Amino acid sequence: MTAFPREAFPRLRGEKRRPALAAAAAFLFALPAFAADIPLPDRRSGYAFMGPDTRAMQDDDTQNPATLAVLEGEALWARKAGAAGRACADCHGDARESMTGAAARYPRFDDASAGPIDLEGRIMQCRARRQEAPPLARESRELLALSAFVARQSRGLPVADAVAADARLAPFLERGRALFRRRQGQIALSCAQCHDDNWGKSLAGNAIPQAHPTGYPLYRLEWQSVGSLQRRLRNCMIGMRAEPYAYGAPEYLDLALYLAWRARGMTMEAPAVRP
Amino acid sequence: MLARNPWQRLARGHPSRRPKRAAPQDEAIVCSAKKSLILRCPRAFARASKDGCILGAAIAALAFATDARAQESLAPYAVVGDGIPASLTGVPGDPARGRAIVANRQVGLCILCHSGPFPEIRLQGDLAPDLRGAGRRWSEAQLRLRIVDTRRLNPDSIMPPYYRIDGLERVAAAWRGKPILTAAQIEDVVAYLLTLRDGP
Ligand code: HEC
Ligand code: HEC
Repeated sequence: MTAFPREAFPRLRGEKRRPALAAAAAFLFALPAFAADIPLPDRRSGYAFMGPDTRAMQDDDTQNPATLAVLEGEALWARKAGAAGRACADCHGDARESMTGAAARYPRFDDASAGPIDLEGRIMQCRARRQEAPPLARESRELLALSAFVARQSRGLPVADAVAADARLAPFLERGRALFRRRQGQIALSCAQCHDDNWGKSLAGNAIPQAHPTGYPLYRLEWQSVGSLQRRLRNCMIGMRAEPYAYGAPEYLDLALYLAWRARGMTMEAPAVRP
Repeated sequence: MLARNPWQRLARGHPSRRPKRAAPQDEAIVCSAKKSLILRCPRAFARASKDGCILGAAIAALAFATDARAQESLAPYAVVGDGIPASLTGVPGDPARGRAIVANRQVGLCILCHSGPFPEIRLQGDLAPDLRGAGRRWSEAQLRLRIVDTRRLNPDSIMPPYYRIDGLERVAAAWRGKPILTAAQIEDVVAYLLTLRDGP
């Protein structure tokens, strides 16, 4: 990957290097360092950290491999399924109208689970309850296709502030924030230490993005497939040598809610492409 | 274009690596501030932090694992001032092996964050100071503590604690109860870093 010019990005915090003599003081007086949030105007999509080839791939639907998932999702949208014999379209009509901006409002509060639910979770719920069809597994081709198709209807729209719209989400947002700032795994790093404190820097040549969820589900060259945000979070946890949560775990939903809040107002770009 | 992705490879490595020595459970920590010795205690960290002595609040807030058996696989070592003067293995490390560890992003992980005199490695990190000159800037004892557990000096550091198995959260099963590097590997790395005398 071509490194993105760092000068383009004002650094949130200065270099954290401490001279040797200060170490003794740090020893005694160290205070908890809370990563500061990235100032709103400094936020950048992962797109900004990509090379020109990968950007071009995202920009052109005919080159973006996730387009296949969108097309498959469109077909599934119209296909009757389950004991109810209903298609998504039978309840929701033309997704191009009814689903405009829907993905930009997720995760939302779900009465059934009394907690946040993500777009994939909602699709799974509709499938089970309203179509009475066999469940779709997380990361299954069908679920990724449907969520890519629905998310596509929000492209270009701003990420909504779901928490401002529904105060019941507030405690889950705080849980997500705490998870984001907790050191985990054998290498004992937090999400925030990479994505708030060191974004734009090079992790052995890999630009560290700010971890915005605006492009998901997306096509990742490393995966050679389309994947969800939860798959991405799982990858980062494996990188941290931390035990990943199970797909659908409340921790991922809390994190996804926090990431969406952190990206509020940013532009939806799903299905994106990432290296 | 397929990006080579060191970050995802970080998780791979040598899950079967185990420290060679099963050492008794004593850990000696000298608190440089009070010049007191907090000794022979599997929970020395927790106690030290209660003393307000060694660890900052950020770290103290973590739940410390108190599984003494897990601790047993680490060789005991004594922190004196801001270093660990004695070799963890009792013998000096091998600089050539140390270089291989440092340069290997799955084993040492160092060059994910650091750069150094590795002309053969195209992609190096810029999250941390260049390693060139480290052997001039720091003593052997200081380097050893920085690798073993640099957070004893700077609780906010992003540099992983290489010889520590407690106080960590949600460590993946393959790595649980194992330090990132063995005592012998750390000695090799220290021996290599000491050779890095030129540079900034
Ligand atoms: C040591 C650094 C590091 C840590 C810790 C880390 N990540 Fe990441 N993250 C990365 C890098 C580098 C990428 C870019 C993709 C890649 O190279 O794998 C990334 C990508 C992401 C993305 C995708 C952004 C995009 O534009 O598509 C999200 C979201 C994310 N991380 C969230 C998290 C969360 C949540 C955590 C904690 C559970 C976390 N990360 C921990 C380094 C890190
Ligand atoms: C995730 C990032 C990361 C990794 C991996 C890492 N370090 Fe560091 N290291 C740092 C940072 C950041 C500093 C600067 C001091 C601080 O913040 O604690 C540092 C400081 C140092 C220093 C003192 C540098 C100086 O001269 O001022 C040495 C020596 C060092 N590291 C060696 C290593 C070695 C050897 C490895 C691998 C076995 C390694 N580091 C792995 C982040 C890292």
